Amino acid sequence: MDLIRVKNVNKQYKNGVTAIYDLTLNIKKGSFVFVIGGSGSGKSTFIKMLYREEKPTSGEIIVGGINVAKLRNSKVYKLRRKLGIVFQDYRLLPKLTVYENVAFTMESIGATKAETRKKVLKALELVGLKAKIHNYPDQLSGGEQQRVAIARAIVNEPRILLCDEPTGNLDPDRSMEIVKVLEEINKTCGTTIIMATHDKEIVNKMQKEIVLLKDGRLIKHLEKGGYEE
Amino acid sequence: MKFFRMLRRSIRDAFKSVFRNFSLSLASISCITITLIIVAISIIVTFNVQSFTREMEKDLTIVVFLDNDTTEEEVNNIRERLENMTNVESLTYQSKSAIKEEMSKESDVFNEVMSTWDDEDNPLKDTFQVKVKDVEKISDTAKKIGRIDKVSTVRYGEGMVDNLISAFEAAQKISYGMVIALILVTVFLIINTIKLTIFSRKREISIMRLVGASNFTIKTPFIVEGMVLGLFGSIIPILIICFGYIALYNHFDGYLYSRMITLIEPEPFIYMVSGIVLVIGIIVGMIGSASAVRKYLKI
Repeated sequence: MDLIRVKNVNKQYKNGVTAIYDLTLNIKKGSFVFVIGGSGSGKSTFIKMLYREEKPTSGEIIVGGINVAKLRNSKVYKLRRKLGIVFQDYRLLPKLTVYENVAFTMESIGATKAETRKKVLKALELVGLKAKIHNYPDQLSGGEQQRVAIARAIVNEPRILLCDEPTGNLDPDRSMEIVKVLEEINKTCGTTIIMATHDKEIVNKMQKEIVLLKDGRLIKHLEKGGYEE
Repeated sequence: MKFFRMLRRSIRDAFKSVFRNFSLSLASISCITITLIIVAISIIVTFNVQSFTREMEKDLTIVVFLDNDTTEEEVNNIRERLENMTNVESLTYQSKSAIKEEMSKESDVFNEVMSTWDDEDNPLKDTFQVKVKDVEKISDTAKKIGRIDKVSTVRYGEGMVDNLISAFEAAQKISYGMVIALILVTVFLIINTIKLTIFSRKREISIMRLVGASNFTIKTPFIVEGMVLGLFGSIIPILIICFGYIALYNHFDGYLYSRMITLIEPEPFIYMVSGIVLVIGIIVGMIGSASAVRKYLKI
């Protein structure tokens, strides 16, 4: 079953730059997809359209049954609750502890305290940070901060986890750790993972589904593969 | 359940935020306070003016003096004509001897002088005291009565009452103007206070949006913050109303200048005014924060 359906999508920014040309692809439930390509290939724009930070100029995007292109601003939260999103720069709240940062998601959607506690601990355990729940972000390494961000993204048990260059700020070893965590989530929770990256080493090593973009066009969509042309 | 949980959280965040940006909050609160004090004063003045004009209107009578040579039959005729006038509510007749008797009772000096009069040289006149239905038309009615045969003079306290009422009305208009101007300034200040809160929490807001907080969840704390500012701003005005008005009332013994201007009893009047002031404060706070949210929170 296709969880994400993208059909004839074009995206032109207001300044006239076209980031995506006629993109059509489907992503199955439970898959682990690398969206790869150089700078300016449209990876980030593609991810942003999936969580409706950007609207496609034309075409259709269906994410988990929601027509993203037609989604009104006031209803965007309905889409976001089905998604977890991880960024290159972590985006943690510096004044909150690890636990509070993860719990923030649950609080924002109005979960009870008991439910929050249960799910937050479970998510932190999954990313291997249960021992550091009382630390603040600035007391953690980059890799650990990113794992907190992943925990925050998955705490609400989303069907899809979108990662925009999650390893961009990390050294190769930490990057591999993060990807392993994502793979673990993919396997144990069945969460569909879409990760934009330009880290060739990771992509080649993991041998997952790849979507290769170049200058906003889809060049390759393989069930399994590496970065090589 | 979920709604109340979110609401509780909003209220908690709002109070926190008021204290976090204390200096700016204080500016907004002071402005609300000043506005509401003036609102309160104008409400008190308005209600008192309304109350005493109503009282005065109730007391307003046309006194119709009849010629000295009016016969009893003519008096009855006049009574009939008065009763048939559309604006006449009720009337009472006093003969000059009845008036003499009444006045004699009022003071010894009157009694001394009046006891020398007999019915023939009693200089007083027979009168009708006429109450009207519509006070606004009192001068027309008085004129009409004046045209009746055998009516010598007609009096209804013209001039004095009108002047007093129009003076109070002018005072009321000025206070309305000031209230509107001050409310606008307050709204502007609240918009700025909330704007600062929104900017200081931009990161938090963007993350809330990413993790799927609804617009309602994001907006409510800011709206509540505006309402909290309004609430704090109304505390001092309410205290001033309660203690100030009671003190004023007791000081003047319930009357202003003369027995003609009675003040409204403090209870339950002050509670009503306090309630109005509180509601205005909260609504002004809400309007200010709602427009700030609309302007600076692009969701």
